[in-house]
Amino acid sequence: MAESAKPKMTERLPLIAATKETPEPLLTVEALEVRYTLRENRTLTAVNKVSFRLYPGETLGLVGESGCGKSSLGRAILQLTRPAAGKVWFLGKDLTELSGAALRSMRRHMQIVFQDPRGALNPRWKVGRIVEEPLRAHRLARRDERRKLAKEMLLQVGLEESYMDQRPAKMSGGQQQRVGIARALVTRPKLVVCDEPVSSLDVSIQAQIVNLLQDLKETMEVAYLFITHNLGVVRSLSDRVAVMYLGEFVETAPSERLFARPLHPYTRGLLVSVLRPDLAARRQLDATERFMAGDVPSLLNPPRGCRYHPRCPYVQERCRAESPHLENADREGGEHWVACHFWREIPAFDHEARP
Amino acid sequence: MSKQPPLLEVKNLCTQFLTARGVLRAVDDVSFSLRHREAVGVVGESGSGKTVGALSMLRLFGPLDKVALTGQVFFEGTDLLQLSEAELQHIRGTQIAVVFQDPLTSLNPVMPVGEQIAESLRHHRRLTQAAASNRARELMELVGIGDPARRFDDLPEQFSGGMRQRIMIAIAIACEPKLLIADEPTTALDVTVQSQVLMLLNRLRKELGMALMMISHDLGVVAATCDSVQVMYGGRLVERGTVEALLSRPNHPYTTALLQLAPRLDGELQRRLKPIPGQPMAAYGERRGCRFAQRCEFARERCLAEDPPAFKIEEDHFSACWFAEERFASA
Repeated sequence: MAESAKPKMTERLPLIAATKETPEPLLTVEALEVRYTLRENRTLTAVNKVSFRLYPGETLGLVGESGCGKSSLGRAILQLTRPAAGKVWFLGKDLTELSGAALRSMRRHMQIVFQDPRGALNPRWKVGRIVEEPLRAHRLARRDERRKLAKEMLLQVGLEESYMDQRPAKMSGGQQQRVGIARALVTRPKLVVCDEPVSSLDVSIQAQIVNLLQDLKETMEVAYLFITHNLGVVRSLSDRVAVMYLGEFVETAPSERLFARPLHPYTRGLLVSVLRPDLAARRQLDATERFMAGDVPSLLNPPRGCRYHPRCPYVQERCRAESPHLENADREGGEHWVACHFWREIPAFDHEARP
Repeated sequence: MSKQPPLLEVKNLCTQFLTARGVLRAVDDVSFSLRHREAVGVVGESGSGKTVGALSMLRLFGPLDKVALTGQVFFEGTDLLQLSEAELQHIRGTQIAVVFQDPLTSLNPVMPVGEQIAESLRHHRRLTQAAASNRARELMELVGIGDPARRFDDLPEQFSGGMRQRIMIAIAIACEPKLLIADEPTTALDVTVQSQVLMLLNRLRKELGMALMMISHDLGVVAATCDSVQVMYGGRLVERGTVEALLSRPNHPYTTALLQLAPRLDGELQRRLKPIPGQPMAAYGERRGCRFAQRCEFARERCLAEDPPAFKIEEDHFSACWFAEERFASA
């Protein structure tokens, strides 16, 4: 077993504790930045100084709208996109310092499940080979043993042995995603980044996959970084949730607390825009307009001060001038970090958007 | 109030596709009517027939589709299925308009957006170039695109997803249709942008007096925009009613299951969801019994053998379940 990381934390980093009593984080992300160079040498900062910890067996839900940087962050942690700055401590090593064989040898411990299972699976390969491949690539088992492990893994994701010799094209979207999950978990990773894994599936199938991920988390003791725009799924699956806006974390809290007492005005806007299947839905539309004036600003030219201030219903002078830092709003020993100057003052949140 | 004839009356609509795997019954004996200015939501998962049903009414199929279409679709008394292609095209341009899920594939990527709006006005309304351009700018304003004079010449790629959908809506309403069919218009958008587009549709419906057919997999979207709901499963209409009745007193086991799966952000936290077992079956060949029976936890022998008719369980509320009345009484 590799030893867990012991990074030096700078003072300003939020020391987000786990919901479970686990002393050592599995993953520590420090002031991570992802930048993309565009035409005419303009740079876009997709992830701006993000820091957090993930504990073994924990699920952190990462939510936000498209373009907020959540997928970039997930990819940067796995070094699929190289971060421009910051550290990623995982199993005692800083992944940003590794490359080549050293980085490859870490990949068996950290895997990814993609949104579109059809595009992520090799259509020419049979399911058995797809699931065996990571074992082969990392030389974790001999041929006959690989086949046995792949069969067992498929059973764990709810696919019978007969699927071993099928090709993905013949399978439904839900079954394909089960194969994607089996491939990610077959090396027994400690961390799986799930990037919108249920977003392309029908609701009845989504629920099956969400339950499957829950089961696997318990039996395999894997930690998930669960990236999605689907707040309902996040609530069911996550121990903690982080809300991202324009490349930054604006609020993180244990899942139950975040949904019961959202503090950041952006979090509230997100929650109120998930329309309920009842007569409150029309009120919600009006409330969304209140919480979210206008459009998401461009990352090329993010607003000064608090990045949410041009859309915020509670904006004040200070918000335009000074960007807020994450501070802990939980006075009872827990951790509920929010980056808003006025979280103490703004009125309580109502899920049904009652006047 | 005198009883106005319905705007749209669909009778026994069946759409069958001839495929390599056999006959696919995409829409299977669907009947309903829609009043002037009414907004109806059509809900169901992929393959339920909700989109094909709407496209069938307008005979919008691919050139290679082998389709057998039966039944009647009366629009203000005229059976659309009996019209010539040219007559139907006129209706599609001026009386019934469609907005699709993905604005980027529906818009012409190399034509300025203002021009795309004006084109429809020139074609269907025979407006001059100048008059059409003027009206296009007004429409851009109406759908919430700021500074239309400047943005008229921009290409679709210069707009965000939400703004592109607004442009699609501007094109759709250019000739002030009596019925707007919106097929998952916000599914590709972020939730906050979704709210803006839905608010726009609500406002336009009021201002223009349009009827709306909102096709969606999301009951929340339907609740926010519609007066009534139809739930489809396996090509069948399994339940319909007012938004209030259907969402607060769902009757069909499929509707009940869908509602349980809708995301809940408050109340008791469910760590485990209650999925519908199995998966939707493609409706190939002859089918007997209730289409949902295989996945239904309440299915009895009769459900597998006989096709349930739509039972009226209360005013304006129908459910195609053999046990609809029993379920209504015990709910």
